[in-house]
Amino acid sequence: MSGEDHRVDRRGFLKVVGATGAAAGVSATSTAMAQGSPPAAGEHAGHDHAMPTPASAGAARSALDGFVFFNPDEVSFVKAALDTLVPPDPTGPGGSEAGCATYMDRQLGGAFGRGARLYMQGPFAEGTPQQGYQLPLAPADLIRIGIADVDAYAMATRKKGLRDLDATTRAAVLTEVEQGKAQLAHVPGPVWFNQFLALTMEGYFGDPIYGGNKDKAAWKMIGFPGVPAMYVNMIEEFRNKPYTGETQSIQDFA
Amino acid sequence: MATQLKPVDILLVGYGWTGGIIAKELASTGLKILALERGGPRDTNPDFLEPHKDDELRYAVRHDLMQDVSRETLTFRNKSSQTALPMRQLGSFLPGEGVGGAGVHWNGVTWRWTPWDQEARKQTVERYGEKIIPEGMNLQDWGIGYDELEPYYDRFEKTCGVSGKAGNLNGQKIDGGNVFEGPRKSEYPNPPLKQTQTGVMFEKAARNLGYHPFPSPAANSSQPYTNPDGVAFGQCHYCGFCERFGCEANAKASPHFTVMPIAARNPNFELRTNANVMKVLLDSTGKKATGVLYVDARGREFIQPADLVVLSAYALGNVALMLWSGIGKPYDPVTNTGVVGRNYAYQASSGATLFFDEKTYINSFMGAGALGVNIDDFNAGNYDFAKAGYIGGGGIGASTSGGRPIQSRPVPAGTPRWGLEWKKATAANYPHAAGVSNQGSNMAYRSNYLDLDPTYRDIYGRPLMRMTFDFLDNEQKQMKALADVCAAIGKEMGARKVEARTNPVPYSIVPYQSTHNTGGAVMGTDPRTSALNRYCQVWDVPNVFVTGACVFPQNAGKNPTGPVGALAYWIADALKNQYLKNPGALVRA
Ligand SMILES: Cc1cc2nc3c(=O)[nH]c(=O)nc-3n(C[C@H](O)[C@H](O)[C@H](O)COP(=O)(O)OP(=O)(O)OC[C@H]3O[C@@H](n4cnc5c(N)ncnc54)[C@H](O)[C@@H]3O)c2cc1C
Repeated sequence: MSGEDHRVDRRGFLKVVGATGAAAGVSATSTAMAQGSPPAAGEHAGHDHAMPTPASAGAARSALDGFVFFNPDEVSFVKAALDTLVPPDPTGPGGSEAGCATYMDRQLGGAFGRGARLYMQGPFAEGTPQQGYQLPLAPADLIRIGIADVDAYAMATRKKGLRDLDATTRAAVLTEVEQGKAQLAHVPGPVWFNQFLALTMEGYFGDPIYGGNKDKAAWKMIGFPGVPAMYVNMIEEFRNKPYTGETQSIQDFA
Repeated sequence: MATQLKPVDILLVGYGWTGGIIAKELASTGLKILALERGGPRDTNPDFLEPHKDDELRYAVRHDLMQDVSRETLTFRNKSSQTALPMRQLGSFLPGEGVGGAGVHWNGVTWRWTPWDQEARKQTVERYGEKIIPEGMNLQDWGIGYDELEPYYDRFEKTCGVSGKAGNLNGQKIDGGNVFEGPRKSEYPNPPLKQTQTGVMFEKAARNLGYHPFPSPAANSSQPYTNPDGVAFGQCHYCGFCERFGCEANAKASPHFTVMPIAARNPNFELRTNANVMKVLLDSTGKKATGVLYVDARGREFIQPADLVVLSAYALGNVALMLWSGIGKPYDPVTNTGVVGRNYAYQASSGATLFFDEKTYINSFMGAGALGVNIDDFNAGNYDFAKAGYIGGGGIGASTSGGRPIQSRPVPAGTPRWGLEWKKATAANYPHAAGVSNQGSNMAYRSNYLDLDPTYRDIYGRPLMRMTFDFLDNEQKQMKALADVCAAIGKEMGARKVEARTNPVPYSIVPYQSTHNTGGAVMGTDPRTSALNRYCQVWDVPNVFVTGACVFPQNAGKNPTGPVGALAYWIADALKNQYLKNPGALVRA
């Protein structure tokens, strides 16, 4: 997603195809793709979405391939943000390499994203920090609208969308959002940022069965052995010693 | 139109720890007992099997076993001058839902409270005089002393297979146990759990500093165990997925496999799940309950008549039901009159996070819900709290209940929350971080109370309960003073970095603190200051009894379920031996 051009062609698109999903800030491009009417060449300057081609015949595909919630622009934003929050380095994988984008996609596309277990009756008021979350937005809407807001903020202040910025500038943009210094069009920056960060950490440190923590790399990085955990005979053996057992996840038993 | 059902003798609203105990204890009467539980049925097999039960995201983060606040929640504010807003997601506390209640996903720390806790006012006034009690503090006694409750504590501990070590057997103090506890008639049913590195270091440091460490009493069975009802427990696996999770080993005592199967042996017992009680129905005098109105999963309404109603719907649920039903006079904080909603309190806790060098391995992922070492030297009644400048105290300890990585990754203060520096600090500190914590008491005040919200409603159209609560000066002092003690112990343990912390002030509904909500329908000797008499019978409506932590006039520096369980046995005895023989008020107002 990249700022002004994007908004223009989105509006144009909505005129033609209708405004479903407009409130949630869905990118026009991917919607068009999904509906089988690819945009004409040159219509989306700065976007590089080719016509999708199927994976080669016989290649093993998993249920974790592809995205069900994010559109391609959002995917590139999310990956850029993930690698800023959890940068790749020799300590362990970066956020996107660990599969956190897939994790977030599945969470936001499912019941959690729609606000399961969230009391959503009005009236809505801002309240004090002690009163907690008070927005009339389910997590999927909060994250989606916020992605558009943050990208527009990056465009306005840095002349580029988040994914096109270098690592240092991305971190600066996200810090401004985290600290409430960025003027965002719709969502309060810190609230959006905290939800995004929470999802990142859940994906990174959660069980791989949810799509993140690929190869249990985050668990290996910190030394968490996972499941099923049976330490009755190890408490004394490993008291004050590094644990040497294997790292296993729920997914390993699937 | 509500469907009218056939009457029962005894109706339990909510089927968790206390409902289960009462159903079991009254099973021998052969009376028609009906339990209505708003949540669904569940059992160890197939619901809590490995490896799926060790799912941190599902259970600890998304709260799968807990109250669904999209349906029912409460509103919250720190003080009366603010507008309360709904608790839109769970945070500070996690009430249970479904068969077994929060008893399925608790930790199992099973205390006897100190004798002081039951006579907080009497003992404070005896020692320091009336004037030590600050303006606005409603310090009160239970109306039943420790010695009266002792046999019931004993029954609950044996039901739960508590692992621990006595510190006061019939008045004889025993080193290695809690020498500050009230005298007990018998030893714990199981020996203490094995301690981790954290426990070993804490114990040594506490001794060095002249304190009296002892293993936390744990309803996590340290060995295979059969309780007095013939219920078999497995040995604890120390899996570290305990608090917020079911137990695969039946080592953590939970009502669903202990008291409930025994209750079900009564041929006249019935459990209806997905049965949410809307309110208790009263007759035209308002002094007698005739039954309840409940709603099933499809939204159909039923009127269930009953001779006796027991509210066992958790502390908060019980108070809400009383307010919705018009049982007892609602509390008015302006005049300090009325009793329902009065003396709501919480847990004023603090502690210290400890970072050790890279040679000290904590292995926090190995643990059990109630595994730890404690000292009671700073609990109310055990030291001169007035000298420290407040009323109350706290239990201090180091526990290892599991280092699950989504929620537990301590890094030193000043570390960024994300980025490369955060990542390196996380990887470096995870194996070497531990904590010492103070579970602080919380006195009750005029300005902290529960009532009904004027604006917000649940999905059934009932007004939400409104919580007005803050940590006041007395609690802030207590939290700070005992955080310093925690930090000093942490230093003695050899941590290279020690960071003291307290619960957020002002109190915040956002971060998890504890599911130890107390008060709101307290027991006592004076109907002007208590909703219930000493048998936890409603003064105004004698065929309604109330269980749970809502009966405590103030909260202790300890987890509540020990006395909550003991009182459930006490109530069951009062029903069996007194009330059912001659229904009516057991105490004259
Ligand atoms: C994460 C966690 C950890 C804990 N750890 C400890 C610990 O280590 N030590 C300790 O002492 N305590 C601990 N507790 C507290 C302990 O779980 C409770 O004190 C105990 O379960 C209270 O028993 P109860 O019978 O009052 O309520 P519960 O056991 O919660 O049972 C209440 C039941 O009533 C049902 N209900 C509510 N309203 C209605 C209605 N209107 N109609 C029908 N049904 C209804 C609920 O669904 C629930 O099943 C912990 C709690 C939590 C959440």
